Amino acid sequence: MRVVLAEDLFLLRDGLVRLLEAYDFEIAAAVETGPELARALAELEPDVAVVDVRLPPTHTDEGLQCALDARRNRPGLPVLVLSQHVEQLYARELLADGSGGVGYLLKDRVFDAEQFVDAVRRVAAGGTAMDPQVIRQLLSRRAADDRPLGRLTPREREVLELMAQGRTNAAIAEKLVVTERAIAKHTSNIFAKLGLEVSDDDNRRVLAVLAYLDQDR
Amino acid sequence: MTIATKSGGDSARVRGVGRAALRGLGLALVVLPGAVLCFTLSVVSIALIPIGLGIVTTPWVLTGVRVFADWRRVLAAEWYGVRIPSAYRPLPEDANPWTRTSGMLRDPATWRDLRWLPVDMTAGFVTALLPAALLLYPLEGFALAAGLWRVFPDGYWYGFVPVTGQGSAFAAAALGLVLLFFAHFLTPRLLEGHFLLTRAVLGSGQRELAERVRVLTETRRDAVDTSAAELRRIERDLHDGAQARLVAMGMDLGTVEVLLEKDPEQARRLLAQARQSSADALAELRDLVRGIHPPVLAERGLGDAVRALALRLPVATEVEVDLSSRPDAPVESAAYFAVSEVLTNAVKHSGADRIWIDLHHARAEGMLRISVTDNGSGGAVTGAGSGLAGIERRLGTFDGVLAVSSPAGGPTMVTMEIPCALS
Repeated sequence: MRVVLAEDLFLLRDGLVRLLEAYDFEIAAAVETGPELARALAELEPDVAVVDVRLPPTHTDEGLQCALDARRNRPGLPVLVLSQHVEQLYARELLADGSGGVGYLLKDRVFDAEQFVDAVRRVAAGGTAMDPQVIRQLLSRRAADDRPLGRLTPREREVLELMAQGRTNAAIAEKLVVTERAIAKHTSNIFAKLGLEVSDDDNRRVLAVLAYLDQDR
Repeated sequence: MTIATKSGGDSARVRGVGRAALRGLGLALVVLPGAVLCFTLSVVSIALIPIGLGIVTTPWVLTGVRVFADWRRVLAAEWYGVRIPSAYRPLPEDANPWTRTSGMLRDPATWRDLRWLPVDMTAGFVTALLPAALLLYPLEGFALAAGLWRVFPDGYWYGFVPVTGQGSAFAAAALGLVLLFFAHFLTPRLLEGHFLLTRAVLGSGQRELAERVRVLTETRRDAVDTSAAELRRIERDLHDGAQARLVAMGMDLGTVEVLLEKDPEQARRLLAQARQSSADALAELRDLVRGIHPPVLAERGLGDAVRALALRLPVATEVEVDLSSRPDAPVESAAYFAVSEVLTNAVKHSGADRIWIDLHHARAEGMLRISVTDNGSGGAVTGAGSGLAGIERRLGTFDGVLAVSSPAGGPTMVTMEIPCALS
């Protein structure tokens, strides 16, 4: 799987290259500035891009803007955005086109190599990988002014949180150490309580959850 | 060539004289009724404040006085380049009448206006009329010489010349000629004198400057105090938090080195602990950075930073932004933290379930205006001890002001204004 990597800090870029290569990814390009990233995305047609939000020369949200541009030119281009901080605002911008294949994670998540690589693979496959911190913000926000979320049991909230991050039922089951059947039951309960359509497609399922959490904003 | 220039200069001078006379005459005719009207209305309106009616009328009347004074400022600058500084304190646009009235009455510029009006209707009127009089009076002398003296058989005083016959009438004409000669030089200067007089009374004096210096000194001290306290807080947070965790991490790793062979199990446990320490240190650094300069503010500017802030609130919040570009970084930062504190207050104390934030820049006045409205229970107050006082101080550094309208029962509206230009 070919990856384009954009990160301006040498140490982190180097670390990411090594980490991804260790998991058998092919690094098509590892760049450090926005313009380089834009060129790499246009020319190399990678399977997935791993992009830092803040890149030179502006040191603002150049990486995010590049990623959004690239996705406009090539809808569904899988992009995993990494950032020193996560903001719902940016998460919403990434999810806005609804075509999936996006991820938005705190840089700290690379500490857990397994999970991080899992997220890259998920995004490359057209799924989503949202940072738990974003999801938690969304959930607490919605819980405060919305009844349906309040009706969820703590366990169901936990499942919803993991689902919104983009995990499959199997992955949630493994994480919570229960059977997949139990998770299936939880999810159908959640969908019923939230009035969402049940769907098998993982990506659409996540988008539906996020759309629900995000509605009337 | 020289002659042509000279005669050109002369005709220009004559035109200047005529223009000054006409302008002066016109001005005098407007000044007297205008000043009398403004003064009377102001006095009556202020006198009516105790019975309540004045609270409604005073802002209107005083605004009228300001328009009248500003009109004179414009004339002074346009006609003779006399700059009369206008130093009215800004008032929030949508404040209630009482805030406006008290705000205007506390402004020394208002009292300067009121002091100027009586001067304007007397000395101002005379100085404005003089140029025209100085031109017209000589004409009277010539008319006397031309035969008008016959109408006054008992004698007539023209200036200091008693006109009794043709001879003295000629003397009057001669005096007229002398006056005209002087008028030729003096008329424009007289009108200029009128505006200098206006500036002397209306322009802000030393006391205003002294007050300004006092306010600046105070806000500078506040700013220095605040930033020193902030630095201390950052230093302490780093020392107790991230730094300590990194030290612990280093120690754990050192121990791991030793244990690697002896006790791999224990080493693995310590490694996990070290990783946790580094994650915690990162989280702490992140929080610290957010407190110093929020990342979205750095990346996107005030508008999106406030939007991001709103998304984190537990209360439904609508954000309206109208900024064509970004203000200077320090202003942006002050505005952001002010909004953030106002929102924290609203969420904590108001019991509101909806908040509206409106952020826009009025280019003409060079003013950044932010209003935060909630539908909570109201009753918020400014002044010592309240969280709003801190915000007021923070904004004060940039000459910004804060106004609160919060009747018991709500809604609460906090308006902030910061003078600034957009980059």
